[in-house]
Amino acid sequence: MKTFDYHRAERLEHAGQLVAEDDAMAIAGGTNLIDLMKLQVETPRTVVDISRLPMAQIEKEGDGMRLGALSSNTAVASHPDVRRNYPVLSRAILAGATQQLRNKATTGGNLCQRTRCYYFTDTDQPCNKREPGSGCGAIDGIARLHAVLGTSASCIATYPGDMAVALAALDARVEIVPEGGGAARTVPVRDFHRLPGDTPERDNVLEPGEIITAVLLPAPVGGTQRYRKVRERSSYAFALCSVAAVIEIAESRFTRADLAFGGLAHKPWHDPRLADLLVGSEPSRALFDKAADLLLEDAQGYGENDFKIPLARRTLIATLCEATGVKP
Amino acid sequence: MPTITINSHAYQVPNDPRVSLLDLLRRDAGLTGTKKGCDHGQCGACTVIVNGQRINSCLTLAVMHEGDDVRTVEDMGTPEDLSPLQRAFVEHDAYQCGYCTPGQLCSAKALLDEIAAGLPSDATDDLEAAPTLSGEEIRERMSGNLCRCGAYANIVAAISEVAEAQA
Repeated sequence: MKTFDYHRAERLEHAGQLVAEDDAMAIAGGTNLIDLMKLQVETPRTVVDISRLPMAQIEKEGDGMRLGALSSNTAVASHPDVRRNYPVLSRAILAGATQQLRNKATTGGNLCQRTRCYYFTDTDQPCNKREPGSGCGAIDGIARLHAVLGTSASCIATYPGDMAVALAALDARVEIVPEGGGAARTVPVRDFHRLPGDTPERDNVLEPGEIITAVLLPAPVGGTQRYRKVRERSSYAFALCSVAAVIEIAESRFTRADLAFGGLAHKPWHDPRLADLLVGSEPSRALFDKAADLLLEDAQGYGENDFKIPLARRTLIATLCEATGVKP
Repeated sequence: MPTITINSHAYQVPNDPRVSLLDLLRRDAGLTGTKKGCDHGQCGACTVIVNGQRINSCLTLAVMHEGDDVRTVEDMGTPEDLSPLQRAFVEHDAYQCGYCTPGQLCSAKALLDEIAAGLPSDATDDLEAAPTLSGEEIRERMSGNLCRCGAYANIVAAISEVAEAQA
């Protein structure tokens, strides 16, 4: 690990100023950043410890909930109100990582976790995300984990997390304060992560010095909530494909069909056309096939990850069948 | 002087911020029970209990733990007076080479507390009910601890026995 200066932020405004400096990074749970610093994928000159700022509360706010940015994955997943009203979020968090990691990992940090692309984490390989302009090793290389939706000629990495996929289905918002404090802005989780385009080094819309202070959940949405994750082993593996679903049916027709997908793209994938297609229609296997056609209309495989296209189709259909009782 | 409490003893926070909690334990505190396996949070050999929660000590900076309470395998029992989990691991042959065992023990101890506190896991059927400790629950909750000798079945048996005795 390269040497760095360590600062413990005493106040949020202070943290923002420190983080805005060149080559400075915030640390909270550290489970991703320390790993990347050991690999010298990240080499910050300054590490700003924000872990002691008072942002770990999980509380009701308005009709919804406010998850402080420093609340742990364990605290959120096991919170009684989250388990009761947002089970898709508990399920998604519990489907990721291990108990040891979830105890340290935070809500804000989890949103910012970096891709697990092997070319990104190997400093001997080209990677436009790690070193802009160096090329992408994955496009013609080992691409089993990689994206099939929203890719670019610069990057086919995936966003690896589970939590944010559930948050995208729930249409949660991210609360962000600018450098030095001041009025917060909120960004829908669906718009927080970016597609790679020709600037894959930017994972999300955070500007220098901005710090996530909370995730805001909407009023409880009810319905049937599912998180279905397909992975290479039955625990502690990243998603090859996952589906977060919030489904409501009234008088035999969909009244809500909020779906988001993990493991397929550079961001939690949310395609508003799916809800437009499903809502108002009667659940049927034929309808689900149409939804999968729409989802994967522009999907592109890169050899080793070609399997993800039929896998995503089957995972979506299986999730919808399970949630609605339609025969698979 | 800023300190970290490890097994009820105060240790100085290191000057070099790069020192992981794992390296502080093994190198500075001489507590070599905690093992370095992968050093990347994948194997769980470095699992310790900080402020009552199990974490990977390799993936956290010692300097971030000023004032924290750290418990390691050295705090569990002695060769003459093993803890219930240590005794069960011996009785069930829940190891071969033993390298992962300190991490397995710390994880298992925290697991029993997590069940008692009602924390759910990916294997919990009903999120709103208190979890009950099945083999499936133990396997899921221990998935952050690898055992290259493959003593998994015996580890599950050892933990089950202690859990049943405590129930």
